[in-house]
Amino acid sequence: MSTIREIPAAAITEAVETLCIEANTTLPADVKAALDRAEALEPWPLARQTLGLLQQNLCAAAAGELPICQDTGMACVFVELGQDAHIDGDLNAAVDEGVRRGYEKAYLRKSITADPLQRVNTGDNTPAFLTVHLVPGNGCKITVAPKGAGSENMSRLAMLKPADGVQGVKDFVLDTVRQAGANPCPPIVLGIGIGGSFDHCAALAKKALLRPLDVPNTDPYYAALEKELLDAVNATGFGPQGFGGATTCLGVAIEQRPTHVACLPVAVNISCHVTRRASREV
Amino acid sequence: MQYKLQTPLQKADLAPLHAGDTVLLSGVVYTARDAAHARMMELLDAGRELPFPIQGAAIYYVGPTPERPGCAIGAAGPTTSGRMDAYTPRLLDLGLACMIGKGKRSDAVKASVVQNGAVYLAAIGGAGALMAESVQSCEIIAWPDLGCEAVRRLVVRDFPLTVLLDPHGGDLYQSGPAAYLASRG
Repeated sequence: MSTIREIPAAAITEAVETLCIEANTTLPADVKAALDRAEALEPWPLARQTLGLLQQNLCAAAAGELPICQDTGMACVFVELGQDAHIDGDLNAAVDEGVRRGYEKAYLRKSITADPLQRVNTGDNTPAFLTVHLVPGNGCKITVAPKGAGSENMSRLAMLKPADGVQGVKDFVLDTVRQAGANPCPPIVLGIGIGGSFDHCAALAKKALLRPLDVPNTDPYYAALEKELLDAVNATGFGPQGFGGATTCLGVAIEQRPTHVACLPVAVNISCHVTRRASREV
Repeated sequence: MQYKLQTPLQKADLAPLHAGDTVLLSGVVYTARDAAHARMMELLDAGRELPFPIQGAAIYYVGPTPERPGCAIGAAGPTTSGRMDAYTPRLLDLGLACMIGKGKRSDAVKASVVQNGAVYLAAIGGAGALMAESVQSCEIIAWPDLGCEAVRRLVVRDFPLTVLLDPHGGDLYQSGPAAYLASRG
């Protein structure tokens, strides 16, 4: 057992503030590398031109201190909290305060409604969408992954029958991508959850989007399935923005977990070419 | 083919356009998305004027980020157009000439685009900073209470767009991928 460590809530607020700004203005290195590679390999002229505009956009964002995309998203915040860490203050309030400060300071868009049906904007992009995982040790790792609605709205979950098997999973993923078309701003990234319960499966799909695009699943069976699905999605020919071309998807990440003998849940969380995430240890 | 267009738009300006062509649009563009469209319908139902002249107009489906001091606008890429489908044919019948957004439209919108000789153009989804570079000025002209959804009057120069739906029934979301796949044999 490690020594109990005190973490001031103010340090969490400061980290979340910084990460909200960093994630919205700088693309992760692995996503940038995937875009570079796609542009180099893209054979279709309009698609190559469109990928070039995405690169120009990254330059314009850096030059003008602008967010890469105007949908600066829901602030999805993931905290891996050591069991031997003690937060001196209110974790939820500290995270929300970080989101409030970051979104105000960097001129980010406030896109959260206080109520799903009565639709009044909270005005400061809070509350954060906070997920806490308890882990061994006394560390505290915070990840902010802003998620836009264009791709979130095209995400789906199905409770398949075990008899549907891996083919059923593949069909559901491809069907989801076809239904989404150009709405989620391709080239897309797919986070896929397989197994668990209804709620855990959706959380797995979201978690999968946190994995760098150049890191495959540690299980060779699922790594091969990721590669197969990536090729299948790119074979649709939708291309960048759905205008046609070879580059429809930049990466597929699958997270799997045990499930009930009668269940085969599958969740597809679609993300866009601006798949944002930034992390730091507090 | 690339075309340079200036608002307000005439049908004759739009007739040469085909799905897959690129457009550099200059002039005035009005922003409106979900909530503003709902309010425009309420105005029309009440027999009142819209907040801007609709004849020959271009509407951009966008909710920009707040502008920094000294800047015309923040990041300003398109939102998903399909959420405006229910309102669109009525506006096209009143003279709306051009919609700018991303994503597929309903069959009713496609038919109305052809019937009215209008166009639906793509801005690059997720390229909010790039689109902002073409915006020279931005002024809220209606419903500031809607925040990022308020109606804005933008003056744009060489706004980089791609034709999705043309007045002849062309649809890039069908023809683009099909042409690419055919090229692969």
